Amino acid sequence: MIEISNLHKSYRMGANSLHVLKGINFNVEEGELVSIMGSSGSGKSTLLNILGMLDEADEGSYHLDGVPIKNLSEKQAAKYRNKFLGFIFQSFNLIGYKSALDNVALPLYYQGMARSERIDRAMSYLEKVGLAQWASHLPNELSGGQKQRVAIARALASDPKVLLADEPTGALDTKTSYEVMDLIQEINDEGRTILVVTHEHDIAQMTKRIVNLKDGLIIEDTLVSQVRALSHV
Amino acid sequence: MFSRDRWSEIIEALTSNWFRTVLTAFGVMWGIFILVILLAAGKGLENGVKQGFGGMATNSMFMWTQTVSKPYKGMPKGRRYSFEIEDVDAIKRQVPELMIVSPRNQLGGFRGTNNVVRGLNTGAYNVYGDYPEIIQQEPMDITSGRFINYSDIEQKRKVAIIGDGVRSELYDKGEEVLGTYIKINGVNFMVIGTYKKKGNNGDAEEMQKQIFVPFTSFSQAFNRGNKVGWMALTARDGSSITNVKNDIMDVVKSRHSIHPDDDRAVGHFDLFKEYSKVNGLFIALKAVAYFVGVLVLLSGIIGISNIMLIVVKERTNEIGVRRALGATPWSIRGQILMESVFLTIISGMAGIILATGVIWLVNFQLSQMDTSEMMFLNPSVNLGVVLIALSILIISGILAGLIPAQQAIKIKPVDALRTE
Repeated sequence: MIEISNLHKSYRMGANSLHVLKGINFNVEEGELVSIMGSSGSGKSTLLNILGMLDEADEGSYHLDGVPIKNLSEKQAAKYRNKFLGFIFQSFNLIGYKSALDNVALPLYYQGMARSERIDRAMSYLEKVGLAQWASHLPNELSGGQKQRVAIARALASDPKVLLADEPTGALDTKTSYEVMDLIQEINDEGRTILVVTHEHDIAQMTKRIVNLKDGLIIEDTLVSQVRALSHV
Repeated sequence: MFSRDRWSEIIEALTSNWFRTVLTAFGVMWGIFILVILLAAGKGLENGVKQGFGGMATNSMFMWTQTVSKPYKGMPKGRRYSFEIEDVDAIKRQVPELMIVSPRNQLGGFRGTNNVVRGLNTGAYNVYGDYPEIIQQEPMDITSGRFINYSDIEQKRKVAIIGDGVRSELYDKGEEVLGTYIKINGVNFMVIGTYKKKGNNGDAEEMQKQIFVPFTSFSQAFNRGNKVGWMALTARDGSSITNVKNDIMDVVKSRHSIHPDDDRAVGHFDLFKEYSKVNGLFIALKAVAYFVGVLVLLSGIIGISNIMLIVVKERTNEIGVRRALGATPWSIRGQILMESVFLTIISGMAGIILATGVIWLVNFQLSQMDTSEMMFLNPSVNLGVVLIALSILIISGILAGLIPAQQAIKIKPVDALRTE
């Protein structure tokens, strides 16, 4: 699903440049649930951003579902992001003045889907994350866990090939974190490929594979036996 | 682009901070308000001054005979001549641009001696022999009875229409006027109507002291034969009297054996030319109104642009999220532009409505007063002005949104997402 080879990225900071990714080689198969770990500054967020086409690598190749991601125009990138990727953020990034339902429907809006169909689809995803009765509520009327579940529904709405989650539990307490992870595991069980960036070991243990980053290089890439989040709840 | 979703997005974005939206809108509202009020005031002044023309057909000229100043075809200079009734038909035939050609004869004049008698009362008035069309060129309100008609002309009826001023001098207050007789230069005429003229010129009083009788009766009663004293000529809409003036002169000159280059033989007064001068003044006034109005509007536009920049800044994160979810740069740009245009139009509309309200109030007040002596009348703006104002608004809305829209997509999505 994701094929990355020899990925380099550096940031220019005034006179000196900061080499963040120093040649990453990394493949993800369909249906995997991978966690990317590393201390801050290890380059895990940069890697995720490049995977999410929000940023571009300086060097190396990146194929997503066989499609080369290289030198995309902003318009192309926007289209691919919409079609291939679903984002889950640490700070949820829901749009404050839109109801939960409208937030979930937003990616479909950018697909140009008709309103009624959009609302139906969005509603079914809200049901899936168990928030159907909260559909008309604004994000600030929801708890953190609920917000993240809305964000997950939104990421799923466009039926993407890969879900990219950047510290999805970073702003949540332990219990809510596990609930969110349970949802992520459930979605993964349905066969969707998910990448989770985290620095919490217990969260990482709930994925199927842990990739450890340090100073821009992968130092460890191990398959783990998945801990079901449900057992903790 | 104008889908329901787009609209609800715009409404949501604008209503998320009511107070700020209203304050911003106020700038544009004020600008368009000033623009419309200035234009309306200019129009009011224009109406007032043009009222001074007494509603006269302004595309008109008056023409009279003078002495010939060049010898021609064996005839000497210094010769006098008169227009004849046949000239009228010839002019009408040969100058098709003319709408009305009224031959006129006149008795009395400036400081004339008493020429009208009724019982013991006498007075000096201008008496005109006229055709019915004159009322189109020199409008007057018929306050009782009727004006001259063609039966009067054909049957040479000795009837007269007198002005308010004549009535107040010759009649007692409240006395019945219609059907009574007045004696003009010894000839009895029956009064069949009274008039009141509009206009606020210096001779407003003088204008109420006129008597109109049928042209044919006048000619017969006062021995004018087929002579015509002077003419009032009005051109059709679309062609100006100033342009056909020379054609008319040529007809007159050829019919009276006057040298074609003799400029002094035919006297005339070109009302249109005078009117054009006044018109020029008001065009200049209008230009000033637009200039000032648009400049005031400009400060409002800058306000909108400014606020949109802040909005874009505030919503950096949201824009990042939208782009992560698949919004193309153009859809972001379009969103910002539409918001700016929408805000501009709405506030502009409010300004137009407010201005219209004020104009209505002023008009209401004016209608309570006697405006005939005022240089200000019926301030108004027509639909054209409103449409111009609207298109100024749309263009300025786009201009106001352009920089913020560019700002919105300049920042990379990844940086936008990182902004809190």
